[in-house]
Amino acid sequence: MGANTDNGTITSKTGMARLLNIKTPDILKAKRIKRSHRHIRSEHFFRQLLIIMALLILVIVAGIALTLSVESVPSMKAMGISFLWGKMWNPVADIYGAYPFLLGTLLTSFLALIISIPFSFSIAIFLGEYYSKGWLSTLLKNTVELIAAVPSVIYGFWGLYVLVPIVRAFELKLGITPYGIGIFSASLILSIMVIPYAASMGREMIRMVPPPLKEGAYSLGATRYEVIRSIILPYTKSGMFAGILLSLGRALGETMAVTMIIGNTSLVPKNIFSPGNTMASVIANEFTEADKTVYLSALIELGLLLFLVTVVINMLGKRIIKRFTNE
Amino acid sequence: MSVHIKYRIGKSTAFKSIVIFFASVSILPLIAILFYIIREGVTKINWHFLTHVPKPVGEPGGGISNALLGSMMIVAIASVIAVPVGILCGIYLSEHKTGRLAYWSRLAVDILQGIPSIVIGIVVYFWLVKPLGGFSAFSGSIALAIMMLPILVRSTEETLKMLPQSLKEAALALGMPYHRVMLKVILPCGIGGILSGVMLSIARIAGETAPLLFTAFGNPFLETNIFKPMQSLPLLIFNYATSPYEDWHDLAWGASLVLLLWVLLLNVITKLTTRKWNIQL
Repeated sequence: MGANTDNGTITSKTGMARLLNIKTPDILKAKRIKRSHRHIRSEHFFRQLLIIMALLILVIVAGIALTLSVESVPSMKAMGISFLWGKMWNPVADIYGAYPFLLGTLLTSFLALIISIPFSFSIAIFLGEYYSKGWLSTLLKNTVELIAAVPSVIYGFWGLYVLVPIVRAFELKLGITPYGIGIFSASLILSIMVIPYAASMGREMIRMVPPPLKEGAYSLGATRYEVIRSIILPYTKSGMFAGILLSLGRALGETMAVTMIIGNTSLVPKNIFSPGNTMASVIANEFTEADKTVYLSALIELGLLLFLVTVVINMLGKRIIKRFTNE
Repeated sequence: MSVHIKYRIGKSTAFKSIVIFFASVSILPLIAILFYIIREGVTKINWHFLTHVPKPVGEPGGGISNALLGSMMIVAIASVIAVPVGILCGIYLSEHKTGRLAYWSRLAVDILQGIPSIVIGIVVYFWLVKPLGGFSAFSGSIALAIMMLPILVRSTEETLKMLPQSLKEAALALGMPYHRVMLKVILPCGIGGILSGVMLSIARIAGETAPLLFTAFGNPFLETNIFKPMQSLPLLIFNYATSPYEDWHDLAWGASLVLLLWVLLLNVITKLTTRKWNIQL
């Protein structure tokens, strides 16, 4: 330690003193010791600071889980496990069932995924296989990344004034109640928002396919489509799945755009065109209005559910990616 | 050429056209959004719009100065809090590739990245808003700071991992103390990557609305006290866009354009200045 913390100038001074055969003055020696002590102290301090910061992140995440659990205890006590499938959400009567919101969340997220998958996979194949270099691919790649950068409240605003009228006209043609707003519109907006996640993941995975595999297939006379179908897709299967999981995690937790378009009703949605609510949107709408302990706590329990589901999905996705990239 | 080969080649071409079709269609929404926001927003933006507070419904004029100032203050405070924590934590993780604390810390960062923003809003409500006795811009900043952390930690860790080990060894061999090696040698070498992480994280949180709903809350007046409720651009857009008044929609379109320009500009600058740091976030 001591040798490490020696200051350069002092070493040269003492060296010079020895060279000139002068005894190093005691005052200089004391200064040198003091300085190394100070260095050792600040080194310790810095190392401890790093550890504290690493701990802080841990504490924040543990605190989030703890706060959510503790604050949702009143609702758990009042509603029990039937909270999950209770069909009625009626704050006036103090009855809270999460089923309409669970259904709304699952419907919007999975519809959004189904709509977005052809697009995100096409982008992944386009960027990873057909045009992996050149200005066209740079342009598309940057554009797709910008899709992820646009704030969700702007998606919601745009959806409310552009997408909803289009959906309403579409519903009129189909002959169903033309709400415009509803689960279908929310899924459409969500599907745009989650495209970049699966697309960029898929692109990375396709790039990691070993070229000899593809070359082997080409040399056997396979066409481009056959290479993609029987070499690239099987090889990147798990990676693509992880990309879809990350998209799903994103879609489940998305709040603002959905809140603005889904219609916000606590009734169980009849079909995919009827208005509904998701877990995130009901929290956003009712949290500041909740005046009863159990009401507030029920909303927090929804938050806890959302937290657990997204954590599991994200962890699963990350684990798959890690295994894929290590192989 | 046999029919079969022709069929296979045709299939390949058809698949390629389908892929190109879907890939090009998927950028249409972005173009539509940009086009629409610019068309609606550009006529509303002028000096008056940027420097005045919103007028009550029915009175013409008014602007978004309270939201603009509020957004800047909330984001600035969030950055001041999050950047040191994120960078130091990133240094720790890049220095300790194995170890129990590093493992759990890394896991925590992964979890934090996936937590929906509205959940962070709820939690900060109980951590700060309730104890402090009211909504405040400060609590909003803390919520946004928590959201910035994963990006900051990841970008710092990944950047520092890319630096050659010999750099650190050389500095230590010269007798530099550990903290000076880290702060004066390693950090400046990776500053490009770290800065890109900082900018990306700011761009990510500048448009966040959900965590501010229960923390900063919003305020129709100009407010500079960070312990009072404060307006921000995303909150203003949300509140005014869902209101039934035409005047307020106009304000929201203008605010959307300002917010969009802010966020996209940060993204583009990050892209242009840090091309050589190829970090995966």
